[in-house]
Amino acid sequence: MLKRRVAIVGAGITLFRRRMLETGKELSFEASKMALDSAGLTLKDVDAVVEGSAPDAFDGVHMKGEYLLDGSGGVGKPYQRVFVGGGTGVFTPIAGWWNVASGFHDICLCVAEEKMSPLHPHPQYAFWSIFDQILERPLGVTLLWIFSLEMRRYMHKYGITEEDIAHVAVKNKGNAVDHPCAQLGARITVDDVMKSEPICWPVKRLDVSPPSDGAAAVVLASEKTAKKLTDQPVWLDGVGWTLDSTHWTNRDLAYPEYLEKAGRMAYKMAGIKNPRKEIDIAEVYDPFDYKELHHMEGLQLAGKGEAAKMTVEGVTQRDGDLPVCPSGGLLGVGNPIAAAGMMKICEVFWQLRGEAGKRQVKKDARVGLAQAWGDLMQVGTVAVMRS
Amino acid sequence: MSVKITSYPGREITTDELKQGKYLELVQKFEPRYSWAAGVAISRFLNELKEGRIIARKCLKCARTLVPPRMYCEQCFRPTDEWAYVKDTGTVNTYSISHVAADASRLKEPLLVAVVDLDGASPGIGILHMLGEIEPDRVRIGMKVSAVWKPAREREGAITDIRYFRPMEVE
Repeated sequence: MLKRRVAIVGAGITLFRRRMLETGKELSFEASKMALDSAGLTLKDVDAVVEGSAPDAFDGVHMKGEYLLDGSGGVGKPYQRVFVGGGTGVFTPIAGWWNVASGFHDICLCVAEEKMSPLHPHPQYAFWSIFDQILERPLGVTLLWIFSLEMRRYMHKYGITEEDIAHVAVKNKGNAVDHPCAQLGARITVDDVMKSEPICWPVKRLDVSPPSDGAAAVVLASEKTAKKLTDQPVWLDGVGWTLDSTHWTNRDLAYPEYLEKAGRMAYKMAGIKNPRKEIDIAEVYDPFDYKELHHMEGLQLAGKGEAAKMTVEGVTQRDGDLPVCPSGGLLGVGNPIAAAGMMKICEVFWQLRGEAGKRQVKKDARVGLAQAWGDLMQVGTVAVMRS
Repeated sequence: MSVKITSYPGREITTDELKQGKYLELVQKFEPRYSWAAGVAISRFLNELKEGRIIARKCLKCARTLVPPRMYCEQCFRPTDEWAYVKDTGTVNTYSISHVAADASRLKEPLLVAVVDLDGASPGIGILHMLGEIEPDRVRIGMKVSAVWKPAREREGAITDIRYFRPMEVE
């Protein structure tokens, strides 16, 4: 395949909170400006802009890409809004990668934004309208149902307990204590998770990430330009994504095959042959604690049914052999949908540059992975990055 | 967060500030109405539900019997070949106990939600539905269940013509 190598040269992020004063445009501007400043660039240097944002129903603005255009730096430039549900945050730099790897553009600003707070009575309500209107909505379906059904099936197939899974929430909320943008950093115990309100058993309150407002951004550059801009480019060496059908009740809920395909696509591009040995840190998507385990397995970072054991044994802690979600993840930093996936890209960028401060992993991390997931449990988006 | 960056933008609005009316709250309702075409496959499926039957479509190339039915096979990418009735009995593939409604409000009585793999459909081909006539702590994955239909005169050609699935044998 004829393509150019692409680097991330700057990153920016806002606070993640349940409700922010800033509009989506203002949040996009703040994250974009920080990313450009950190790369020593201005908007004039930017050739193209990709903006990622999840369901329009949160904002009630049904032209969200266009609405967010000016805050995203897209006025008068080749501009695209991309959307694959929760997978959007990692899909945004993947779309940026096309722009640069293809030779079309040298510098591409990628910004992901979400404001979930406008919707009442609760942001959850927007998800009702992603389900089949004739066969599923009349049953009163909520997004929590598919998570709890998938979690239960996953537990059953591999004999995993709720306690095992709770270790993920404990780790990620604990990691988030060191993230200055985090909404829900906390020192909690497995017992706290087990005793939290059962909202859709086996899903309990502390198994779930919160609704949030926030934005995050990165700047991508071609190899030649990146080397002029920084001594520490982080290479976006592999990208992958696939989608399964919306017929989610016809699927093996215990194993995300679509994610395996997306991972293999990214690994092949990045020349990764043994992910478990070659990936140093992973920011896998953790909107629910069991999802981190599910995704580690789909990404071949753990054998089927083995991610829980690795977690309980501490392998995925910041000082472990394979740190997972050293940022604090969606469970701890927060889950402004598209921005949450981009937060993971930012985290891997800072980790690989050794700039993560108190969150810096113990091992010498050279290769990192960021992954997001979403829509009707059907999309995997994967990025492999190298220092 | 990078050690090179010392402050992060964003101003939180707290719940208290919101309650105190400190910020503009402009409430707009957008209440469009939709009438969807059910489509070729699902129209037949709904008509069969009204008669107390569950119908599938078969793809003879990949030998799958598909519920909900579709007129094309998304894997072989060709038209499906024929209609086939499946049974109104099946196996619980997975289940959960929901304490929340679609708008995240709390329910007084929890709902038992399940994916039921229907007898006669291909392995792993299930539908979303509810379980009934069983205590939540008695439900098991792998349990055999059968559909409880509304009386014929009350059926309207909807997924809710099946009230729920109930256990075929009490443990």
